[in-house]
Amino acid sequence: MALVVAPEPPLDEWLAELDEQMQRSANFFAQRPVLVDLSALAGQEAAFPALLDRLEASGLRLIGVEGADPATLGSETWARPPLLGTGRPDRGIEVPDDPQKPAAAPEPTALLHEGPVRSGQFIISERGELTVIGSVASGAEVIAGGSLHIYGTLRGRAVAGLLGRPGARIFCRRLEAELVAIGGLYKTADDIDPRLRGRAVQIWLEGDVMMMEALD
Amino acid sequence: MAKVLVVTSGKGGVGKTTTTAALGAALAQSGKNVVVVDFDVGLRNLDLIMGAERRVVFDLINVVQGDAKLPQALIRDKRIDTLSLLPASQTRDKDALTEEGVARVIAELREKFDWVVCDSPAGIEKGATLSMRHADAAVIVTNPEVSSVRDSDRIIGLLDSKTLRAETGGRIEKHLLLTRYDPARAARGEMLKVDDVIEILSVPLLGIIPDSEEVLRASNLGAPVTLANPTSPPARAYFEAARRLMGETIDVTVPSEKRGLIGRLFGRKVVA
Repeated sequence: MALVVAPEPPLDEWLAELDEQMQRSANFFAQRPVLVDLSALAGQEAAFPALLDRLEASGLRLIGVEGADPATLGSETWARPPLLGTGRPDRGIEVPDDPQKPAAAPEPTALLHEGPVRSGQFIISERGELTVIGSVASGAEVIAGGSLHIYGTLRGRAVAGLLGRPGARIFCRRLEAELVAIGGLYKTADDIDPRLRGRAVQIWLEGDVMMMEALD
Repeated sequence: MAKVLVVTSGKGGVGKTTTTAALGAALAQSGKNVVVVDFDVGLRNLDLIMGAERRVVFDLINVVQGDAKLPQALIRDKRIDTLSLLPASQTRDKDALTEEGVARVIAELREKFDWVVCDSPAGIEKGATLSMRHADAAVIVTNPEVSSVRDSDRIIGLLDSKTLRAETGGRIEKHLLLTRYDPARAARGEMLKVDDVIEILSVPLLGIIPDSEEVLRASNLGAPVTLANPTSPPARAYFEAARRLMGETIDVTVPSEKRGLIGRLFGRKVVA
């Protein structure tokens, strides 16, 4: 038994739906021989050759046409008697969707580091947030594409907003940092307001200016 | 079950070799079979501190390279017969150590001794990483001053990543030993406070060894301080630390300054 597709007006909509179905069920349609039943399009004979070309171009493997006068079909290819004579489609079928490919694991957007970050270590969460439960030692580096949350003392180097994200912020329980940076702007320990040292602080950008404010 | 202990610090000159000798002798004196191993190839000191420098025939490198068997290289201490030394080579350097060779030697030492105490060289290169590779526990020797603390933090990071235990998902027991503690300078704010060091390093405290001339005297005599002068303040602190290593719970007392009347009159102080 061959698969019969029966275009219905309005043609544009039908063609769009066909394309969609073929995308969802690419495996079902691949290499499957297809008959086109044009009986619903009586009166639009002029469009038939273009329609058949369009159907072939979408990837359907047409082997014959029903419900139309062969003379209206235009090209030599279609002036063949339909294979099934006046056969009726025996039933509509549900075209099954291709089996779903398992969704690719979502890209991690937040990294959690438990424990202190020791001198010489660097922890980087390129695209997302980074949360450290512990202190960041002098000589250590913590780097995040998004915001940085340090539940401990920040003694090392902290970089947030690595990929230029403007809203990134740095939060820490105690600020003793050697260097803080958001986006491309940085401040070394010398330039940090001494009144903020030893306090819980949040750091963010307002335009081109690095703002720092105590949280307690 | 033998325990391999590494005595390390990152920073040089803080008291690793002194500690290896003192702890090794203290553990041996409590009846355990102990070997102290010098991993500082090319700059060996442990043999001097142990007073064995005139009896070195074969060393760790000879055993690693198969030129000598382990019993030929081990030097038994003359004072405590459960204490032995495996010295390092002085003419070679750390590149002569190989991972398989060290693994073989440690495995053989585990069979013969209860405690294998490895004296790490300073630094973070091959000598230091090989000395810690097979450790079950570590003593991190730190002076209460900023550069020593930062270097100790670095070495703690390495203990958590470059040891066999860490690589196979286990954890290495870590102990902090504060050495060269001077209570007068701490009171004046010239040295980091004990609490500050512990807060920065987040490692349990094994003990505090007060700064003392006894240590220099003992090393010049060629004996661990726990053998040369067992009642001196540093020796007593080392004995307590050894007991804590063996599992006893003893409160750590911070050495304090005691000035007697005479001390106040003549400006001298007695460190308790």
